Amino acid sequence: MIDKQYLLTSRQMAEFVARGFLRFDQLVPDDINQAVMEAIDTGTIRSHPAGTPLSQCYPEPSPIGKMLRMPEIQGIIHSLVGPDPLFDHHAIHVRQPNEGKAQGMHGDSIIDTRMHFDIQIMYFPHDVPLEMGGTLVVPGSHFRRINEMDIARYQNFVGQVQMVCKAGSILVLHHGIWHCGRQNKTDRKRYMYKIRLNPRVRQLRLWNTDDLDNGYKEHQPIFAGEKRDDIQAILAKQEPWFEDGEGRLEIVNRVKMWRFLTGDDNFDVHYWLTRLENMPENRLEMA
Amino acid sequence: MAKLRQKVLILYLSNSALDSNVRGWTIYDGTGKETHTTGDSSEPPYQTGMDALLDGWRVIQFPQLIPPYPGTEYTTSFQRYEYIFEKLEEVN
Repeated sequence: MIDKQYLLTSRQMAEFVARGFLRFDQLVPDDINQAVMEAIDTGTIRSHPAGTPLSQCYPEPSPIGKMLRMPEIQGIIHSLVGPDPLFDHHAIHVRQPNEGKAQGMHGDSIIDTRMHFDIQIMYFPHDVPLEMGGTLVVPGSHFRRINEMDIARYQNFVGQVQMVCKAGSILVLHHGIWHCGRQNKTDRKRYMYKIRLNPRVRQLRLWNTDDLDNGYKEHQPIFAGEKRDDIQAILAKQEPWFEDGEGRLEIVNRVKMWRFLTGDDNFDVHYWLTRLENMPENRLEMA
Repeated sequence: MAKLRQKVLILYLSNSALDSNVRGWTIYDGTGKETHTTGDSSEPPYQTGMDALLDGWRVIQFPQLIPPYPGTEYTTSFQRYEYIFEKLEEVN
C-alpha cells in the first residue's frame, strides 16, 4: 500500500490531463543516478518480456529497479496507471556528441485513441543543459490523432518545452504526447532511460482525491476574465501553439478525460459539453 | 550564370487568415546556407503570416477549408492552418 503523501494531487492530475505530462526535477538521488550511469556504460540494464508485471522487473541490485521502487516514483505510477502495471518496453536513448540534426517530431508506438492510457517515464540521470538537446515535448498534444512520424515536418512550436534539467529529473508522459530528442551540440553523450507502462486496473480516482471539494465542479461564469487557478482553470488553459478553434476542442477532450478519470459524467469546464448535451425532450403542455 | 535555389518556410497559423498569428514553423533552405532541425528555436521567425509576405516570401499553398467528416467534429489532429511560402535565391 502506498502512503498517500506520495500520490499525486487532483491539481497535478488535472495538469497531466491538460498538458499530457508532468515534470519532477531532481527527484532521484545522486547515488542512484551514478549507479544507473555506470550500468548504462557497462550495458548491464536488462529488458523484460512485454507484459511482465513491473514488480517482477529489475530485481535487486538493479539501479533502475532502485529508481522505480522509490516511494515517490511508485506514487506517481500508482496515481496514473494503478498498482503493479505491466512493463511494456524500455529504451536507453543515447544522443551522440555534436550530431548534425535532431530526431523528427513524433508520437511513440502507433496511433492510439484509447481513453485508457499508458505512461512513459523519462529519466535523466545526468545534468542536461540546453545545448545538450534534452527531450522536447509539445504540451497538450496528446489528444491529437496522428500516427508516429506523420508530424516529422513540424520543427518548432510556440510554447514547446525543451527539457533542461539537473541530474535525477523525471518526465512522465501520456502515451500520445508529441516529442523528440533534440540535437546534442556538446562533445559529450547524452543518456536518457525511458520505460512504458500499461495499466491493469480501470484508471478511476487512483490518486489522492482529498483536494476534490464539493464546489470544484460548480458551473462558473464563462469568459468572466477572472484569474483562477482551480481545476477547471487548469483544464481550460490554452497552450500557445493551439489554433483558435482547435484550442476549444482540446478543452472538450480534457473534460472527457476528466470525466473518465473521476467517473463523474456531469463535470464540465466553461459549459462546453453541457451545452452540446442539452437536447430537451419534454414537451411544453399548452393551457 | 547564377543558379536559383528554393527556400521553403512553413508557418502554422492560429486560424485561416493569412494575417493571423504564427503558432509553429519549419524552414528548409535549398541554398545550403542554413540548416534547420526540430526544436532549434523558441522564437517564431515572424509574428504573422502577413509579416512573411511583407518580407518577400511568396505564398505557394493556402490550407484548404474542409468540413470535418461526420463523427470527427470534435477530433483534433494535424495543425489545421499550414501555409507554405518560398523564396528563390541565387547561388554561385
